[in-house]
Amino acid sequence: MKEYSFLKELKERKILLSEGGFGSMLIQRGLQPGDCPDMLNISKPDWIRDIARQYLDAGAEIIHAFVFGASPMKLSDFGLSDRTEEINRAGMKIIKEVVGNKAFISASVGPSGKILKPYGDADPDDLYQGYLEQCSIIVEEGADLLSFETFTDLNEITIGIKAAREISINIPIIATMTFDETPRGFYTIMGTTIGQAVEGLSGAGADIVGSNCGNGLEKMVKIGKEFKNATSIPVIIQSNAGIPETKGGELYYSESPDFFEELMPELIECGVEIIGGCCGTTPEHIQKMRNLIDSRK
Amino acid sequence: MELLDRISSTLQKGEDEQVAELTKQAIDENIPAQDILDNGLIAGMNVIGEQFRKHEIFLPEVLLAAKAMYAGMDLLKPLFIKEKVPTQGKVVIGTVHGDLHDLGKNLVGIMLKGAGFDVIDLGKDVPAEKFVEAAKTEDAGVIGMSALLTTTMPVMKKVVELLKENGLEDAVKTIIGGAPASEDFADEIGVNAYGFDAGKAVELVKELTGKK
Repeated sequence: MKEYSFLKELKERKILLSEGGFGSMLIQRGLQPGDCPDMLNISKPDWIRDIARQYLDAGAEIIHAFVFGASPMKLSDFGLSDRTEEINRAGMKIIKEVVGNKAFISASVGPSGKILKPYGDADPDDLYQGYLEQCSIIVEEGADLLSFETFTDLNEITIGIKAAREISINIPIIATMTFDETPRGFYTIMGTTIGQAVEGLSGAGADIVGSNCGNGLEKMVKIGKEFKNATSIPVIIQSNAGIPETKGGELYYSESPDFFEELMPELIECGVEIIGGCCGTTPEHIQKMRNLIDSRK
Repeated sequence: MELLDRISSTLQKGEDEQVAELTKQAIDENIPAQDILDNGLIAGMNVIGEQFRKHEIFLPEVLLAAKAMYAGMDLLKPLFIKEKVPTQGKVVIGTVHGDLHDLGKNLVGIMLKGAGFDVIDLGKDVPAEKFVEAAKTEDAGVIGMSALLTTTMPVMKKVVELLKENGLEDAVKTIIGGAPASEDFADEIGVNAYGFDAGKAVELVKELTGKK
């Protein structure tokens, strides 16, 4: 059985830095609407390589293969489900080349884009088989850990985690969900609370739980605190640089690297074990976070 | 009317088979179809919409209630066609070209149907030309466009331009939604309205069509 050092390392180092936004950086580079983002691993490997290298240079200790939408379910939106293996292998290969042994290699696995029965028409067995297929390729390619990210349906992410656990009993698994603030606290759009997420995700076999995307840093600090209060297993928070806004028809994220520098200590103080960025964050954001972590040592 | 209240409350619980049964019973009791729709199905869906807006319930409850609403509506539809009852109006909706995120758009579609509108859902990845063409052929009063990615937003502007070119800017109103959209953006590109969420969108469509 393969040995994984990630959790041990996390315990020793107390806090690890993950990368920032990938999709938003690719859009700037020219990812076209309607194109399958994950296909860039094959059509524009240089773009992926370059962004991964920038995050590595900024001090990220976890770099993700860009296969967030490379489950056969999600690829079917583009008629590409038969290329699942090729895309996931290509995505892993790029990150392995860039990272070598300078950081931990994760792979980002995202929602299927389908809604499970009885609310929608997706069959749980189909989702399980799909995640099984994707995760088996990623694990075979030698990932140090897996990250299930940006889910809103606890049932769906549970299916994903269980499929991953069937492939590997001991690969470290990060599981994050996306929450909205309501007058009654934080909920996913499917109605899952942070407490329910902690229980469901860790019960399914996740080693690290938390949240990414959907919110700027102020709300993410609140979410981080609530996670820390709810569980003793490690917590990860990857914040957006705010919610995308438009000015003059152009997209921008309002939270600057300086804003992150100012507010991030609060998230670190509350004991979150992994911090990183999501949509709108850049290597500059990650560099600021690196400096903050280093200055505490 | 007690039976219609029961339709409404059963719909809110998302029990589609029971809603179908009660709707059938109402039809058999010769309650006018319009009455069943307004005071049974739509009344129930309005409660659901409001609860969702206030975050009292979440997407699963909305989706189940919508299923129940469709179960009832399917039974009423033949009656409406037979009685030639006018609907609230036609609305063409879709996510704009290149955008595959359609959750928000689907919600708006559900809510609009619940409010009695005839909804023509063009689906995902809809180019500007298709929005305008559908509005023309369907004689729709409103085009509703949704986007989650900002890069797809120029399509919204193009729809406004195409409507002008076709002299349709008065006949066909436009409304947009989606995470990157905003009131400012709507003003900027000359769209008639911006719906922050599905409930607000329905309210605005009613205003745009003079049904409120």
